Amino acid sequence: MQNSNVMRKKASRIKNPPATVAFNWVGVILLTIMSVFCLLPFILLISGSLTSEEAIVRDGFSLIPHEFSTEAYKLLFRYPQTILRAYGVTVFITVMGTTLALLVISMAAYVLCRKSFRYRNQFSFFLYFTTLFNGGMVSTYVFFIRYLHLKDSLWALILPLMVNVFYLLIMRSFMSSIPETIFESCKIDGAGEFRIYFQFALPLVKSGLATVTLFIALDYWNDWYNAMLYMTSREKFPLQYMLYDMLASTEALSQLASSANVSMVDIPGQSLRMAMAVVATGPIILVYPFVQKYFEKGITIGSVKG
Amino acid sequence: MDGEEDGPVSQTEKREKSKSTGLRKEWKNNYPLFLMIAPICILTIVLMYLPMSGLLLAFKDYHYNMGIFGSPWSGLDNFRFFFISGKGLQVTLNTIVYNTINTITSQGLAILLAIIISEMTAKRFTRVTQSLVFLPYFISWIIVGTFVYNIFNFETGALNNFLKAIGAQPVNVYSMPGVWKWIIMAFNSWKWAGYNSVIYIAAINNVDPQCIEAADIDGANIWQRIAHITIPEIKPTISIMLLMQVGRILRGDFQMFYQIIGNNGQLFNATDVIDTFVFRSLTTSGDLGMTSAATLYQSVLCFIIITIVNARVRKADEESALF
Repeated sequence: MQNSNVMRKKASRIKNPPATVAFNWVGVILLTIMSVFCLLPFILLISGSLTSEEAIVRDGFSLIPHEFSTEAYKLLFRYPQTILRAYGVTVFITVMGTTLALLVISMAAYVLCRKSFRYRNQFSFFLYFTTLFNGGMVSTYVFFIRYLHLKDSLWALILPLMVNVFYLLIMRSFMSSIPETIFESCKIDGAGEFRIYFQFALPLVKSGLATVTLFIALDYWNDWYNAMLYMTSREKFPLQYMLYDMLASTEALSQLASSANVSMVDIPGQSLRMAMAVVATGPIILVYPFVQKYFEKGITIGSVKG
Repeated sequence: MDGEEDGPVSQTEKREKSKSTGLRKEWKNNYPLFLMIAPICILTIVLMYLPMSGLLLAFKDYHYNMGIFGSPWSGLDNFRFFFISGKGLQVTLNTIVYNTINTITSQGLAILLAIIISEMTAKRFTRVTQSLVFLPYFISWIIVGTFVYNIFNFETGALNNFLKAIGAQPVNVYSMPGVWKWIIMAFNSWKWAGYNSVIYIAAINNVDPQCIEAADIDGANIWQRIAHITIPEIKPTISIMLLMQVGRILRGDFQMFYQIIGNNGQLFNATDVIDTFVFRSLTTSGDLGMTSAATLYQSVLCFIIITIVNARVRKADEESALF
């Protein structure tokens, strides 16, 4: 009895060779440095949003608030119209866009993975070519505004992100793992293609759908570029672009002030901007731990193809 | 007689018929598939192919009331203007330089991260740090722009606070164009190192475990194993990733540059890339002709470079070629 205890203790104390210990230390130091650098901007942001305006003007931004104050958040939540509206727009285009994009992309992925479809490669190349060569900012802008009449329309925010060939190829990779024999036996049993797609293909690639959904949703949530190009009325600004508008122009801030019946002088400008940034990016950070593994899987699959 | 004359004609007819029968037969057999792929094809045509017609603007003298197709041709004038003003060369150079530095640092950091994360034995620690390092990918560039302002602005920036605290003079980073190369490089790595490291981690996980066991049996310590096995095994992945980045060398990351630099005019010469230059010209001078010329120049060159790079990648590893 005593012997086995001693042996167990000795076994648990087998040391790593010195080279490994050194490596582990190097690794710990390097990883800690990089993690701290990744965290630092966030800490500054949150601290800035919780500092009183006077402290910011006097002492500047710091890692820990010199004078703790929730004034900025109080103002934000007392008169939340601007933020709520922007949230509404963003949620709408994210839900609408992700659903439509998912439908369109997964249908096309299904078609492209069906080996019995003769023109697979031609369609693939037709779609893929757009990633190699496109009209660029100017042509697209002129075309959308003048010929598609998308100026100040929410569709200008939804449509461009739907045609993402990279996600289409990821989806196709997922679907290619379904053996063709399943599809063939379905056809023999008399099922039409739509039925096969909805009843067999989609359920079999659930994790792939989850991955691509998250990628697309993130793109919609973070998109400000399309809003900058095409949106002109403030009520239709999505979250990120509204934030940019607030940060970049005092005019936007003064509109917020007048809607809150507060004079411009009393607005905690700096900390308010930080608070808005925190509120704009908060949901992403909260959701992040749950969705991280899906993104990692998607990137891995995407990189295997190339 | 009739038969002889009909001979060649009917053969061609037969060939043509079989081609169209192929498409017709495919349609008859598989029309649901065509219908399913129709939406994305229509979207692609309308949103990506048709706008390519706007590239014609590069050769035209655009008048708003005449539209793209009604405006008069102006030959290569727009291109001439783009290059003679010196701007063309400068932004091209900026784009290439920035992309090169950014690629080297973000890929290098990603490889470093991947090796450490894969080889370290403290798994809980690596899970936490991997999550932290991957997080920046999820943050929009607007927030990053806020960070940059937080840190670097003259009156209230955290950097100047720190300098004042240690007794040094505060610096006005916004009037020092040379420094921004490093700031942009740092933030680019901050955002992408974690994302890219996922790819390298996958590659490292694909290394044959028997190789590793053999090395351990032969008495290799961890440094030797990394140097002689891990790194050579992921060399193909590294070279393909680098080549892909090279293929995009003329495409600047518009969102990053625009948000970090903002509208600070002093920094434009040092930090404008083709994409931001085009955007700025579009919004300030409205010269659609020259901006189209710049865009066409960028798109065509990019296409050529990617084609060449892809041929090179295909020689190395057929699977990883783009097309």
